[in-house]
Amino acid sequence: MADETRIFSVEIITPDRVFYTGEATMIEFNTAAGELGVYRRHIPLTTVLAPGIVKIHKDGEEDVLAAVHSGFAEILPEKVIILAEIAEWPNEIDRNRAQAARKRAEERLANKTEAVDVKRAELALRKALVRIDVTK
Amino acid sequence: MASMRDIKRRKSSIQSTQQITKAMKLVSTVKLQKAKNRAEQTNPYFNYMYQTVTSMLAKSGTVNHPYLNRNESPRKAVIVITSNRGLAGGYNSNVVKLVAASEELPSRDVQIYAIGGKGRDALERRGYEIKVDDSEIIESPAYEDASALCRQVLEDYTSGEIGEIYLAYTHFKNTVSHEPKLMKLLPIEFDEEEIKDAAESNVLMNYEPNEEEALDMIIPKYLTSLFYGALVEAVASENGARMQAMDSATSNAEEMISDLTLKYNRARQGSITQELTEIIAGASAIS
Repeated sequence: MADETRIFSVEIITPDRVFYTGEATMIEFNTAAGELGVYRRHIPLTTVLAPGIVKIHKDGEEDVLAAVHSGFAEILPEKVIILAEIAEWPNEIDRNRAQAARKRAEERLANKTEAVDVKRAELALRKALVRIDVTK
Repeated sequence: MASMRDIKRRKSSIQSTQQITKAMKLVSTVKLQKAKNRAEQTNPYFNYMYQTVTSMLAKSGTVNHPYLNRNESPRKAVIVITSNRGLAGGYNSNVVKLVAASEELPSRDVQIYAIGGKGRDALERRGYEIKVDDSEIIESPAYEDASALCRQVLEDYTSGEIGEIYLAYTHFKNTVSHEPKLMKLLPIEFDEEEIKDAAESNVLMNYEPNEEEALDMIIPKYLTSLFYGALVEAVASENGARMQAMDSATSNAEEMISDLTLKYNRARQGSITQELTEIIAGASAIS
């Protein structure tokens, strides 16, 4: 039996679906200011997400992993809501496609010309890296 | 009275039209089901987004942010979501009428961001300036389309080209009722009471990196979610409207066919009676 006092609810919502709802004892994710781990009774915080892996820890169960690419999280003492523009389960990701995207982005960054949108390429690279990471 | 052959011809032409409208009704019923599910799935995202933005603004009422203040430009942008195909009853013209009838939107000050060819053509005829035509995205709206549109509109807004942004679309209430809507997006205006409620009910929220940066990033997302929600609802409304239009077309055709059947039978009987009278008259003349 899980310890009631440590559990809080987690919701991950994307424009196309309610991606995940459930309970957790801890959740980790990447924010614009760095990695963040949240337990129950965290101070209320709204933070901007960076592309990364969301890791949901549960008592006595395996951790749940998902790739989240952009959005923000609202943290309340007993609830965490992640509003993500894109969220994917590891089994939805095409690893080969991510590898190809990574290669493309790296090439674009390697030979920078006027035509290359550096920010976009960097973002694409980060997304590809997160996708590859989460499927490991 | 029309001849039997004429009536027959007319009846068969109406029958084939009825077959078409029946098939179209079936197709749009299926499409409506899909679009409706999608519209329902986007709802939670939008609701949370709305809550978050209201509660943020409740607390940062004094923040001086470009998205919250009106800029100088008198130009107004209107994003008009209609369909690319007709035969949907008043669906397209209702949205167009709403824009044309709005007193806040005189056509000389307005530039249209058109999504949907029907609305674009109708507004162009009425003398509106079409700034952007993104009609193909209504065929299968994706979140990326909404976010690309949002980026472009916001760029025009921050560069001072436009001073206000409106959105005209058809709100999907339920399968049988859809309501054309015109809403103002920027500068953001919220219901005072809702802001007050949000301010009272919420715990003190912290923002990371800080409030202004969070606003900077959340407001475009909020607008994108509005656009996306409007697109998805518009598709559902379009199919709902078409389903209704085709349903009434089918039953009208039914009515006409039964009317013509009656007329045809009468004409047939009339011609038989006439033939008989002629034969009898002929026979009695001989004897």
